Amino acid sequence: MSKEYIDYLKREKINKLLVLLFQILLITSLLIIWQYLADKKLINTFITSSPKKVINTIIKLYKTNNLFNHIWITTYETLISFSLGTIIGLLIAIILWYNKFIAKVIDPYLTVLNSLPKVSLGPILIIWIGPNIKSIITMSILVSVIITIINIYNGFNNTDKNKINLLKSFNATKYQILTNLIIPSNYKIIVNSLKINISMSLIGVIMGELLVSKKGIGYLIMYGSQVFNLDLVISGIIILMLVSYIMYIIINYIEKILIKSD
Amino acid sequence: MNNILTINNLSKKYYTKEKEILAIDNISLNIEENSITAIVGPSGCGKSTLLNIIGKLDKQTKGTIKYNKDKIGYMFQTDCLFPYLTILDNCLIGLKIQHKLTKENIDYVKKLLSDYGLKDFINSYPKNLSGGMKQRVALIRTLATKPDILLLDEPFSALDYQTRLSVSDDVYKIIKKENKTTIIITHDIAEAISMAEKVIILTKRPSKIKKIYKIELTNATSPINNRTCKEFNDYYKTIWQSIDHNV
Repeated sequence: MSKEYIDYLKREKINKLLVLLFQILLITSLLIIWQYLADKKLINTFITSSPKKVINTIIKLYKTNNLFNHIWITTYETLISFSLGTIIGLLIAIILWYNKFIAKVIDPYLTVLNSLPKVSLGPILIIWIGPNIKSIITMSILVSVIITIINIYNGFNNTDKNKINLLKSFNATKYQILTNLIIPSNYKIIVNSLKINISMSLIGVIMGELLVSKKGIGYLIMYGSQVFNLDLVISGIIILMLVSYIMYIIINYIEKILIKSD
Repeated sequence: MNNILTINNLSKKYYTKEKEILAIDNISLNIEENSITAIVGPSGCGKSTLLNIIGKLDKQTKGTIKYNKDKIGYMFQTDCLFPYLTILDNCLIGLKIQHKLTKENIDYVKKLLSDYGLKDFINSYPKNLSGGMKQRVALIRTLATKPDILLLDEPFSALDYQTRLSVSDDVYKIIKKENKTTIIITHDIAEAISMAEKVIILTKRPSKIKKIYKIELTNATSPINNRTCKEFNDYYKTIWQSIDHNV
């Protein structure tokens, strides 16, 4: 290794450390300022809470209220709707690819449904399905499935026409074109839509929980706001941040494994 | 020689919302077995359409094609290799589709790969190959299903000039060795003269046959050498003059 190269590596490393340092500095100073303002009674902690209060609330939740049960319920609902949303979305995309006529008929409906804020369907879901976990999962699937269909179907449609012709020149059936070309060549797009889907599902689940649930992180936040316990609301949001961050890390890791072959 | 393919009064119309377009106007021609025929014409004249109809990827509006043997092998402008398959699997895709993955056929493909200098790349992926090698793989993939007629649609046009010369030389040798009837579309007159025994000139759209040249070169060997034959320049000149140039 040349001296310049070692210098370059060093600079890169220092740069990386600096970024990390400032990231930590930013969050700790925010927390310190928040706590300081609370201690000096410059802010009303009844409304703004404080880091110490949040930590205490989380500990209390853990001791008395089955914190992990709430986290698990939300995670469980997210995973169910994530899997269902992905599978249903993929299946519908395949059907649309198979039958251009259906695709053309359904196109404007997809556009309308995609732009409709799904939360507005909440009241209907509650009445039709009932105030239970099923309507939360339905809500979450509605949030994720349309965008999955649109993304994957677009990918399918943009597959290299020459390659399709190549398979046709071997007299391939439509099913053979699907399995040998369309799905494997859109692998990255499918994996990518998994990534989008996990956060979409979490959004849907929290929306559902805010509306109907008796358990879950969304419920904690909603309950906190109803009894004007802002400590609980903010604790809920912070737990939610952590949960979604962990999900993101896991799905990123899975993505890396799935796309490794390239 | 036997005709492997006879085309009679073939026409093709395209329909768009605005108008109908006559792409091919009443073409009749014969293809002899084991010959190489080049089809040359101005760009957009409907050469590829003609090839697609012969290859059964498209349908004619009028006219008939009589096949004496009709197993078609198609080679396209781009190599169309699947990046997620190894070179061997890429070459076997046609056999897989046709449910003919027998040991005998697989061995045949492996033999082709090693005969034509790709033995060490059997388990590589397309991204590790040069443009010329990829085109050779594409040809082997086409040969794998043992077609009677090879259709080459500007197979070298995606390559740079140097590679193009050497790949066309390779492809020519492979075709001759495997004894395949071949129709090649090109816009490169020199390529057509150096590879084919018969050059068919099409007019601009709607395309008709303008002229058919039988190429007879003294001491013809392979495309690169054929370019130095004494008749080459005369053919080049006459063909150049008979093509419609839409500049």
